[in-house]
Amino acid sequence: MSFSPSQEAIELLDNLLPSGAQQRRRIYERVVQTVLMCTSFITVIVLFAVAGSLVPPTIDFFQEVSFGEFFGRTEWYPLFEPPAYGIWALMSATFLVMTIAIIVAVPGGLAAAFFLNQYASDRVRRYLKPTLEILAGMPTVVFGFFAVNFVSPNIVQKLWPFGEVDFYNALSAGLVVGIMILPMMTTLAEDAMNSIPKALIEGAYALGPTKREVCTGVIFPSALSGIIASIVISLSRAIGETTIVLLAAGASAKFTLNPAESVQTLASFIGFAGIGDQETDSTGYRTIFAVGTFLFIITFILNIISIRVVRRFREVYE
Amino acid sequence: MNETTTPTAQSLIASSLSKGDGNIPGVNSGRAAQIVMEARDLSVYYGDFLAVRQATFSIARNEITAFIGPSGCGKSTILRSLNRMNDLIHSARVVGTVLYRGIDLYGPLADPGEVRRRIGMVFQKPNPFPKSIYDNVAFGPRVNEKFTKSELDGVVEDSLRKAALWDEVKDRLKASAFSLSGGQQQRLCIARALAVNPDVLLMDEPCSALDPIATGRIEDLMREIKSEYPIVIVTHNMQQAARVSDMTAFFSVESTGDTNRPTGMLVEYDRTVDMFSHPHDERTLSYVSGRMG
Ligand SMILES: Nc1ncnc2c1ncn2[C@@H]1O[C@H](COP(=O)(O)OP(=O)(O)OP(=O)(O)O)[C@@H](O)[C@H]1O
Ligand SMILES: [Mg+2]
Repeated sequence: MSFSPSQEAIELLDNLLPSGAQQRRRIYERVVQTVLMCTSFITVIVLFAVAGSLVPPTIDFFQEVSFGEFFGRTEWYPLFEPPAYGIWALMSATFLVMTIAIIVAVPGGLAAAFFLNQYASDRVRRYLKPTLEILAGMPTVVFGFFAVNFVSPNIVQKLWPFGEVDFYNALSAGLVVGIMILPMMTTLAEDAMNSIPKALIEGAYALGPTKREVCTGVIFPSALSGIIASIVISLSRAIGETTIVLLAAGASAKFTLNPAESVQTLASFIGFAGIGDQETDSTGYRTIFAVGTFLFIITFILNIISIRVVRRFREVYE
Repeated sequence: MNETTTPTAQSLIASSLSKGDGNIPGVNSGRAAQIVMEARDLSVYYGDFLAVRQATFSIARNEITAFIGPSGCGKSTILRSLNRMNDLIHSARVVGTVLYRGIDLYGPLADPGEVRRRIGMVFQKPNPFPKSIYDNVAFGPRVNEKFTKSELDGVVEDSLRKAALWDEVKDRLKASAFSLSGGQQQRLCIARALAVNPDVLLMDEPCSALDPIATGRIEDLMREIKSEYPIVIVTHNMQQAARVSDMTAFFSVESTGDTNRPTGMLVEYDRTVDMFSHPHDERTLSYVSGRMG
């Protein structure tokens, strides 16, 4: 018994085959897909290019300066004779400024996020959210001048209770970096709180707690991973911040954790030395790349942590 | 536009429970003394939209009250206005009176948090917190009272027993609530609601996401606890309403001329046996008989 397709089936098949117009649409779809794919690859390529351009000068640098010197000392005079390459001077300052910034941004950002999420009326929310976004988009140089011309003379130098304060100091820089990352911290933390299912929040309120108890007892733990991720992202923003620190904390690299002193961080060293007149074939010039690599690795690790944390966060509700 | 006058504290307490419409035709006259909650001319707006108009009914001790009616007729809206959950929706506005043991729930004497603690709620979809089983049940007692660790353990065990979940979870109280099945999660939510020792329990389609066995367990549970907690249950399942409830309120929608969104209304409210065998209203009869098959 042989099988032959019915007339109906043949017509159906004809209709299923792509017409000219459909074929054109398909080709167009291909083109769009390819273009989109290329643009996303560009980001990856740029990332590798940046990382790659850091590597050769860094390798050269470590042929001239030993790991022991770099990680074992606390003096940092790479551009003087005789030079000293102890990264801990920059590390201590980076840690100091970052810590001050985080002390400002985390409690402030969380409080603002709780307020926006649970306390603010729709009206207030409608005005506050865009204001935060404008603040987040402000050029950092504006914050830098605010730190030097206002925060340092009017606040830090007036209110510091423990003796002398340098005009350029880590505290002003840290405070203003904290203010700079505050909007981002707030927005990210609020997004995390907002992604908690509404039914869950209703279930909490149905048990009779106050808003504060819902915030601390349900919203905070439910959004914890998202909140941690927002802290880590703010942290890497603070570590990488150059302009504000350069303007407000000065350029004296020293191993200290005293916020009243002028300091130099990893990022502000790069900003400082990068605009100087280093010969391109000097150890001093290669120092910039070595510090850059170091900074790159730190922020890279922080970002990986935040991605991990966010991924764990997603698993919770799916 | 404010149709309610703000009564004085004295008049609030004084509003007597027997004054209400506890004397429904055909319902034993002793019921009036058992009334715990009363809604009088209760209307709810969302913005300008009148979602439900002028519902009047009462909830008595030892009774399960069922809310039935087509989708969108305002059953959830009315239920949520009984424990001020509507406060969480900014556009919602309540007009009329809800009395709880003689106190106006929307009056100056009532604190929304305290109202919700006394009048508990279970939702359509199980909504446990992303915490352990123990911490889910303990959340309410922790915020509402100071308990020692062993007292809290007792409250948690008690609540889980009442919700018929204890035997299934007693060995894994520290496990995540998300590790439970849907039916278990719903019973956990009931345990969580019972843990704050409420006076009334509101349940919005608590079984709609559950299989018949889990549904049966929750219905048994409702019958067991109704002597302690009067229950109001919203359900689309007529058999369920007939099986568990003592009183039934039938809501429906009516189109008002000016808007195209229909407003919900309470059509009839009576003993369940009467509602299902010989209701007074045509609309109740056709809904009940249509849905019973
Ligand atoms: N948050 C809200 N904002 C605006 N309108 C709402 C809101 N919630 C409910 N409504 C409207 O109020 C009316 C009653 O809704 P409600 O949820 O109370 O109905 P229901 O009887 O519970 O329906 P269902 O059986 O489908 O759950 C509907 O017209 C609905 O669209
Ligand atoms: Mg509903």
